[in-house]
Amino acid sequence: MRYIDPHVHMISRTTDDYERMAIAGCVAITEPAFWAGYDRASAQGFYDYFRLLTAVEPLRAARYGIRHFTWLCINPKEADDPGFAREVIDLIPGFLDGKNVLGIGEVGLNKNTRNELTILEEQLELAARLDQLVLVHTPHLEDKLKGTRLILDAITNQGRLDPGRVLIDHVEEHTVEMVLDRGFWAGMTLYPDTKCTPQRAADIVEMYGNERIWINSAGDWGPSDPLAVPRARLEMERRGHPRESVEKISYGNPVTFLSQSPKFDLT
Amino acid sequence: MSETKISCRLSRKEVIDTYFLEHRAKLLDIAAFLDRVDRAAASATDVDDFRLVAYSRALAVLGSPGPGRVRRMQEILSDATTVIPESAAGLKGAFGAPPEPES
Repeated sequence: MRYIDPHVHMISRTTDDYERMAIAGCVAITEPAFWAGYDRASAQGFYDYFRLLTAVEPLRAARYGIRHFTWLCINPKEADDPGFAREVIDLIPGFLDGKNVLGIGEVGLNKNTRNELTILEEQLELAARLDQLVLVHTPHLEDKLKGTRLILDAITNQGRLDPGRVLIDHVEEHTVEMVLDRGFWAGMTLYPDTKCTPQRAADIVEMYGNERIWINSAGDWGPSDPLAVPRARLEMERRGHPRESVEKISYGNPVTFLSQSPKFDLT
Repeated sequence: MSETKISCRLSRKEVIDTYFLEHRAKLLDIAAFLDRVDRAAASATDVDDFRLVAYSRALAVLGSPGPGRVRRMQEILSDATTVIPESAAGLKGAFGAPPEPES
């Protein structure tokens, strides 16, 4: 059965992972710009990173029949220096016309600081002005609940972003309800130790339904599993979730959300 | 029996048959972790480690009526403050439980 992994950092993964994902049924991925495990020394480092995301990774994915899409931004962890962050933000419009660029992401918060919030607001403004989809990172662990509230308020206060065009990622049991209730899309990240397991993701689907929600691996340079999406599908199947529901979570919903960008085309 | 809304497609017996052994092992892992902490030498400063304090509070939720245990645990393990620091300078990464405010 085909699936989409709508949040995976393939620059940190080997080509073997593309092959394994293709064998497991992956037909497309989307790769948000993120913290690479170290702070980049200059905005030029982001320029090179954006070239990698828009020119190199699509070719690597295509060798295995996987369509590669991406999102651009300065991530929250490197956004705490507003001057530096604005240098990176100035680079983004020059890449947005790239044929695999779907929008702005993964913006958000890390330690819930005023500086991070300021840069988030400026990137939300950029997305609104250029009519871009937005993919949002919510903070880790003890910072998630507070950060998610701040993020939802920032988007609402921005006033011109349709919640139906914004995906709030890394939701868990204590944040999913507020995200869905306010009209946003929700992403569940299947990531060991710090986010959801496949079992808890299936629980959340059972409790909150399968509308406006997707699953992703967020596979990256840390301990993570690029096959997490098919593992969650297996968990749903063994619980007796209908095949249509499993497909909706892992393929149909990503297609519905991402198709709001005219560049998202799987044909 | 609780009046919990039925949302799991498996029967209660099927859930137990499917997951009991796995979660028995996880339960023993928790006990082993706590025993390991007890067997380890403690310094004066880590007796009341904020992470263990939060862990103990979260563990109490396990024995409480459900559903919603996970959400309640997540809330116990979350930062409940509303103060927004100016910058991340000097702040460390996430610990998994909210550090106690400095007095």
